[in-house]
Amino acid sequence: MPGFLARRLLATIPVMAIVAVLVFSMLRLTPGDPASIIAGAAATSADIAGIRDKLGLDRPIVEQFAIWIGNLLRGDLGESFFFKKTVASLVADRLEPTLALATLTMLWSIAVAVPLGVVAAYRQGTWVDRVVMGFSVLGFSVPVFVIGYVLIYVFAIELSWLPVQGYQALREGFWGFLQRLILPSLTLSVIYIALIARITRTSVLEVLGEDYIRTARAKGLPRSTVLMRHALRNAAVPIVTVIGIGAALLIGGVVVTESVFSIPGLGRLTVDAVLARDYPTVQAVILLFSLVYVLLNLLVDVLYTFLDPRIRY
Amino acid sequence: MGPATTPPVSLADGETPRGGAVSDLMLRRVLRTPTVVAGVVILCLVALVGLAAPLLTSLDPAAISPVSRNKTPGAVETVRADDGTKHEVRHWLGTDSLGRDVYARVVYGARASLAVGAVVAVASVAIGLVIGLLAGYVRWLDGIVMRFMDGLMAIPAILLAIAVVSLSSAGLAAVIVAIVVPEVPRVVRLVRAVVLSVREEPYVEAAIAAGTRTVPLIVRHILPNTVPPLIVQATYIAASAILIEAILSFLGVGIPPETPTWGNIMAEGRTLFRVYPHTILYPGILLALTILSVNLLGDGLRDTLDPRMRRRM
Repeated sequence: MPGFLARRLLATIPVMAIVAVLVFSMLRLTPGDPASIIAGAAATSADIAGIRDKLGLDRPIVEQFAIWIGNLLRGDLGESFFFKKTVASLVADRLEPTLALATLTMLWSIAVAVPLGVVAAYRQGTWVDRVVMGFSVLGFSVPVFVIGYVLIYVFAIELSWLPVQGYQALREGFWGFLQRLILPSLTLSVIYIALIARITRTSVLEVLGEDYIRTARAKGLPRSTVLMRHALRNAAVPIVTVIGIGAALLIGGVVVTESVFSIPGLGRLTVDAVLARDYPTVQAVILLFSLVYVLLNLLVDVLYTFLDPRIRY
Repeated sequence: MGPATTPPVSLADGETPRGGAVSDLMLRRVLRTPTVVAGVVILCLVALVGLAAPLLTSLDPAAISPVSRNKTPGAVETVRADDGTKHEVRHWLGTDSLGRDVYARVVYGARASLAVGAVVAVASVAIGLVIGLLAGYVRWLDGIVMRFMDGLMAIPAILLAIAVVSLSSAGLAAVIVAIVVPEVPRVVRLVRAVVLSVREEPYVEAAIAAGTRTVPLIVRHILPNTVPPLIVQATYIAASAILIEAILSFLGVGIPPETPTWGNIMAEGRTLFRVYPHTILYPGILLALTILSVNLLGDGLRDTLDPRMRRRM
């Protein structure tokens, strides 16, 4: 197991290296002097000279890349001249809302979507199945922000049950924190639930036709045991895979949802940084989100061995 | 759609009819699926609305009019023309905060959405096809190309699109490029997988043995096998492109408001959403309906053209 983990961790390095190359080339692809782009509109010539020196912009491109990576690995993500802060502290400030929103959404999406998918598969062809599948197709088609505004309109404006927008840090009180996350998390979960429910249904459906399911039923095991222990357990690998891959939808959705609900997280930061052409921040956020995505999928690979002991690396 | 509904023309799973990859037979089968018909009908209606936009409204979607700001749907206004004559203008869907007619903007907005969907689908498939064929057939290229694609796919699609868009000035072309970049790796993977499975087939070996050169071999014997899955993929890409364009424009990094798109109409409606929800509601409904119809079409095409994929999804 530790050997496998180490090998898988090593395998993520080339992927992240390519992501780093892509993100690094971003600034080199924009027309103009990278130093003055990084420094922003209000920079003095001393600022620009300082950046040029720090990034080694007068040296060969390979060396520039090495310097950039070296700084990254030391936790130096550069300086945001727009926000007047180091990018690292900027990211740290914005981490909590995004982490809270994404984690909450992920947990409750899985808790809702997997049972929905199992029920749809078990009742294949009935109205339950059609409702779940209909929701799934719809979930892929309605844009995140439209869902967000509809929810705000119904639950915050018409019914006044929940706050319209905003965020409250966890240390300022749990209820206020949770209250402001309910609508954003509902919004964000729709597409994720649609995806997971759909795969769960297909995957369970495939397993339900197997001989051992018939055997389990013939033994007189209760329906729930057959579904959970025999069917879901064997259908788990594709479901877990899609939970990992679908995290990309979740990350994209975070960017939009945070804008709709005025949540000061990393997603909002990304949009603000792009609008302000604050490239060091854009680069850092993309690297960070990609790293999280790659690590999540690594976690999924590790989970395989627990879910299906036949899988050995 | 199983073979049971159309016994005389049913094809075995995975079997390709002779005389081309997509036959009339398949086309007829696709058009017999109710969801496909629904999708095609809605899509044609939306296309018609976009094409006939000048006939459906006499108002200029970009005309700013400070006096007629924030009108509610159905508001009637008396406008005095330059020659002194008066006539009444009805704002069916109200106006936005700059006094532009929302109905006119929504009608013209259909053009941008459909254009982005179509162009992105064609461009992604064309680029992905060439790279995928090369990666699948030229062995030494395979490793390099696929690692590069893995890197691109490690960046969540919306984030990558936002990053690409930030590199140039906002506009239709920039948005199209930004959406094509994250879609290409998915096409490459698909094409490569087909090529790898086909190149070991006896008829390909026979063609090589008969002295067929590489280019005719790829074009005549390998390429046709990629067509059915690519048609399905292109449909899904079109749906996701329409969605991502709306998201980019909604976030303010996409197509600028002079060209109306459903995304930027909704972006305009954000600030006054509590009072005038119609600016977000109507384009939102149309957007969701359009994406839904493209997805329905994709599902129908998948079930008929690529039955192996049906079991996976």
